[in-house]
Amino acid sequence: MIREALDILAGWSAIDLWIVVTGALAAMACAVPGCFLLLRRQSMMGDALSHTSLLGVVLAFLAADKLADLGWLAPAAKGGVHHAIMVAGAMVVGLLAAILTEWIQKRGRVEASAALGVVFTIFFALGLLLVRVAADKAHIDPDCVLYGTVESAGIGDGVPEPALVNGIVLLVNLALVFLFFKELRISAFDPGLATALGVNARAMHYALMAVTAATLVAAYESVGVIVVVAMLIAPPATAHLLTDRLGRMILISLVVAAVGALLGHAMAVVLPRIVFARLGYTTVGSASSAGMMAVASGLLFGAAALFAPRHGVLSKSLAQWRLGLKIAAEDLLGLLYRLEEHGLSAHGAAAPDLLQRALPVGRLTAALASWTLRRNGSLLVTAGGYRLTDKGRMAARGLVRGHRLWESYLAKHFPLPPDHLHASAEMAEHYLGAQLRQELAGELAETAKVDPHGRSIPGEKDKA
Amino acid sequence: MSRFRLAIRAPAAPCAAAIVFCLLLLASPLRAAGEKFAARQGELAVAAQNDAPQRHVPRRDADHHSLTDTRWQWPTWDDFVSVVSLRNVNTLWVLLGTTILGVSAGVVGVFMLLRKRSLAGDVVGHASLPGIAVAFLVCEAISPGAEKSLPALLVGAAVSGLAGVLCMAGIRRLTRIKEDAALAIVLGTFFGLGIALFTVLQSIPSGNQAGLDKFIFGNAASMLGGDLWLLAITALVVLLSCALLFKELSLVCFDEDFAAVQGWPTFLVDTVLMGLVVLVAEVGAQTVGLILVVALLIVPAAAARFWTQRVLVMTLLGAALGGLSTGLGTILSALFPNFSAGPIIVLTGGAIFAVSLVFGARRGMAWRLITLIQMRNRVGRHDLLRAFYEALEKSSARNGKPAAAAALTERSIGLDDLLVRRRWSPPRLRRLVAAARRQGLVVVDQKQLRLTEAGAAAARRAARNHRMWELFLIQHADVAPGRVDRYADQIEHVLEPDVVRELEDLLARGYPELAVPASPHALEPAGGKP
Amino acid sequence: MITRTLPAPLPISDQEHPGSCPLSIHDMTVAYHRRPVLWDIDYDAPPGKLIAIVGPNGSGKTTLIKAALGLVPAASGEVRFFGMRYARQRGRVGYVPQRESVDWDFPVSALDVVAMGLYGRIGWCWPVTRRYQREALAALARVGMADYAHRQISQLSGGQQQRVFLARALAQSADVYLMDEPFAGVDAATERAIVEILRELRSQGKTALVVHHDLQTVTDYFDEVLLLNMRLIAAGPVEQVFTSENLRKAYGGKLALLDEVGHKMRLAGGGQ
Repeated sequence: MIREALDILAGWSAIDLWIVVTGALAAMACAVPGCFLLLRRQSMMGDALSHTSLLGVVLAFLAADKLADLGWLAPAAKGGVHHAIMVAGAMVVGLLAAILTEWIQKRGRVEASAALGVVFTIFFALGLLLVRVAADKAHIDPDCVLYGTVESAGIGDGVPEPALVNGIVLLVNLALVFLFFKELRISAFDPGLATALGVNARAMHYALMAVTAATLVAAYESVGVIVVVAMLIAPPATAHLLTDRLGRMILISLVVAAVGALLGHAMAVVLPRIVFARLGYTTVGSASSAGMMAVASGLLFGAAALFAPRHGVLSKSLAQWRLGLKIAAEDLLGLLYRLEEHGLSAHGAAAPDLLQRALPVGRLTAALASWTLRRNGSLLVTAGGYRLTDKGRMAARGLVRGHRLWESYLAKHFPLPPDHLHASAEMAEHYLGAQLRQELAGELAETAKVDPHGRSIPGEKDKA
Repeated sequence: MSRFRLAIRAPAAPCAAAIVFCLLLLASPLRAAGEKFAARQGELAVAAQNDAPQRHVPRRDADHHSLTDTRWQWPTWDDFVSVVSLRNVNTLWVLLGTTILGVSAGVVGVFMLLRKRSLAGDVVGHASLPGIAVAFLVCEAISPGAEKSLPALLVGAAVSGLAGVLCMAGIRRLTRIKEDAALAIVLGTFFGLGIALFTVLQSIPSGNQAGLDKFIFGNAASMLGGDLWLLAITALVVLLSCALLFKELSLVCFDEDFAAVQGWPTFLVDTVLMGLVVLVAEVGAQTVGLILVVALLIVPAAAARFWTQRVLVMTLLGAALGGLSTGLGTILSALFPNFSAGPIIVLTGGAIFAVSLVFGARRGMAWRLITLIQMRNRVGRHDLLRAFYEALEKSSARNGKPAAAAALTERSIGLDDLLVRRRWSPPRLRRLVAAARRQGLVVVDQKQLRLTEAGAAAARRAARNHRMWELFLIQHADVAPGRVDRYADQIEHVLEPDVVRELEDLLARGYPELAVPASPHALEPAGGKP
Repeated sequence: MITRTLPAPLPISDQEHPGSCPLSIHDMTVAYHRRPVLWDIDYDAPPGKLIAIVGPNGSGKTTLIKAALGLVPAASGEVRFFGMRYARQRGRVGYVPQRESVDWDFPVSALDVVAMGLYGRIGWCWPVTRRYQREALAALARVGMADYAHRQISQLSGGQQQRVFLARALAQSADVYLMDEPFAGVDAATERAIVEILRELRSQGKTALVVHHDLQTVTDYFDEVLLLNMRLIAAGPVEQVFTSENLRKAYGGKLALLDEVGHKMRLAGGGQ
């Protein structure tokens, strides 16, 4: 199967390369404003803008057509001028949609997401109608709007036009972010504070909307009007799971966007042939690259959601499990120390299974805990059973000291019956480092010799 | 009014019964017309096939944008008459189907709006695309080349729509990504998968893919008899569930915590609501398309909110406006057969929304504007009368006692005397005086103004309200006498009679009934013009 | 040590919970995002008393109520109402949430909101019949709001909205009431009305636990007080517990070390 895939990929041509480049540039251009939309919790505004920009584009086409009729615009003026008109149209209509949404929300007292839904569906419907009116003049149609034209990117010679357009938009976006980084950051983080500091948060909001609309319209010619939403939000969301810094988040989202485009096109070329061949269809073509790019960025997001070092679901549960193990190991140490204290293991050892049963965890965790302790040299296994090494005794003393200091601290400050002190100290002892223990001891001053149960609190260092 | 209120307070169960009854009424002519309809069906299917301009055939298929059929054409009078009189059976059935759809979507939409989850419908719509493609493949595997059964495709759509909702919930619950981004990611990714699958399906040699594209942009005109039954059953399920769970749904929408404390399974109620959304979205997708189906859920509900302050009325209105917008939209789209029905239906809904936004009886903007103007007029009148009172009070105070009732109507004062009392511009003062004259509060005699009997009473009342409120603020709210005038100004005009009575009770000591207390602060002229 | 100076030591909670105790919280710890906000709360509410829950901002007053009602999961410990789990005693517990917890623009009337207190008795799918409407109206009348029954709730003043919430709990005719800041931001008339209702409830032998923020009125309004600052500082009759020393302890800033350890637990990704 992998061999098959590699065989298909070996046929990778310049056309494929240009498709990937165009897709990657579009996705990267989208990711930049997407980061700010995500942080401002306005992701659905991106969805709305991509829908409304259809209306903007159609209106721009009709306007350009009218201008050409009037002779103000050379009929042959294609390329740059056309793109500029399209982008301008999308920006104007996108801004209009944003303003209208806010107006309906404030003046009509309609809930924010509903106001958004009302505005963008109506704009999109209007756009769809006008596309049919304009279809004979402007060379767009509803299906182009859906599917995008990224596949035709590499057909001509030289750098394809969509790649050029998306590249320019990407550069402009990056330059804007570079220039207004701190203004954007503060108005995304705290609009009220931004306004107080002299940054007009509303102006920033509308500027972001306009830039987003322009970016979307450049991108959606390549990838389609709805797929572009995935490119707008998924890479920034992926980056948001991987880092906590805004600057890094933008960079990572650019990388994720590019990888997503590459992966998406590869999947579009490879997957249908492999999967559908298994189903008995031998002659299928490749899937829509734009669609697969969206799927790829969704998959990358899914992977990040599972495996991101700090915020991933799996990493979080792994950290949880390791913490549980650490706590079990420390409990074991504490238990051994207390046994020594009572002289119960004077000749050096305690029976392993007895100890393991005393711990409030499963057998497997207990076994693992004792294994980790043995490995880091805190525990010795002798013929008679477990025994603390000097290193282990040091650690255990710290724990027991923390435990008893905590009990004394609680008893000093709260009206708890003595039998309630233990449970909380059991929980807290694992988090009391040497410094916190010192603070506790300082707070308790002269009482810090004996805990509320009358047991002596061991010193930080072994005096015996 | 009271009868109306009685009607809207009618309990939900009779309403449910009424709705079911209506549906059965709707259904019985359906059944009666069954044979006639069956005879027509073959004809209809052919009509649908010939309806090429309304179907969005995939781009790769053919150059379907011939220059002749996309131009804007006004319908001829004959077309208009034939459509509006519903002479065409095709139009009639389509109208019935879309109206039923609009009604059920409107009802579900109301609860989604109140739950503040309107856009979830958008995700359900978009996320169902891959399901349709997969269902198509499964059908194709079972019987290659055959006509695909609609229910099978819809089941596929519902399954993947639900999968989208689950992904969304999972992202929201398990990661730090917020709800809005989860919506956008799921929507874009699922739709991208659907697009990818569709492009592959189109290159499958056998198979009958023609019907698939209608799910994206919808095609109301190709509705068949089976579709109508499907819509009717959907509506029955939706209306019945909403009627039976009306109380539970509104409780969860209003106060989820309280519902949970009372032991209602809020998760289950939410799930039922989400299930209804999926049902409506999938069934509606073939009519208006799954991109725009969310409009059926949001727009009528948002429009209904402008007309009422009650959930029950809002639900009924949502149903009515939903039915109205889809019905009207269908008729319109029959008048303009060159354009697909979906966008026209959505735009009709948009028009209804706009009308509601402006003219809605409870929260519409026109109504609120009128209230605002009335309020401004009232404030102006009070200010004028109080200025009058203060001017007269000052001049008659020389006699050593507060202004007597007679003194208020006897003396007259000039405009200039009033002008210095407050910060108002001469034109505004003239407008206020003119209004007061129209209302019979003031008579004007050679540039001298005099209060009438009614005007005197109103002036006393205005001054009294203002000073009572000032006293209250000073005695009970600890406001400094120097600033109390401004505070009182803001509030006195909205004092309701019962609040004034309460104030009187509070201040009863020392101020006999109907007397105007002396002002607690010096009455300096406000300092000329602004 | 403080434990000894405290009057009326708390009942030892290992013993059998007596059925007469309206609310007993045993050894409850609550954590938000793994960070403990309430540690080892142990409290038995005496029957037929008005109990104020007092503490600085962020001391876990609201959390205590929510955890008792199961709205926030408790990390450990147990809560019993009249000796039984809450799920089996819902009918006997009335809840008044914070006023800000709902959207007051919602299209319902005051009467509709009060009727929600009766939904539990009405049961699934059954509509609010006239009988229940009369009951809801009676509850509204008890808080002096009968004239406003058909007003939409956004047209009510803050105090009136609070009274509607109170009426909703009264409509439940429960035996123990948990109220979250009913006095927050209300006018004098509402405050008087609420106090009257509370005293009426007490005279009927019912218990109310009220989160309260106004220290000056605690002694006037309440019989018992529960001082809270992440831990139970003190609890008991007002005159014994409401001392300046206890108050200083509750309000003298959060105990720095407690907070620090809580923070460490959150960073480590655990607690237990």
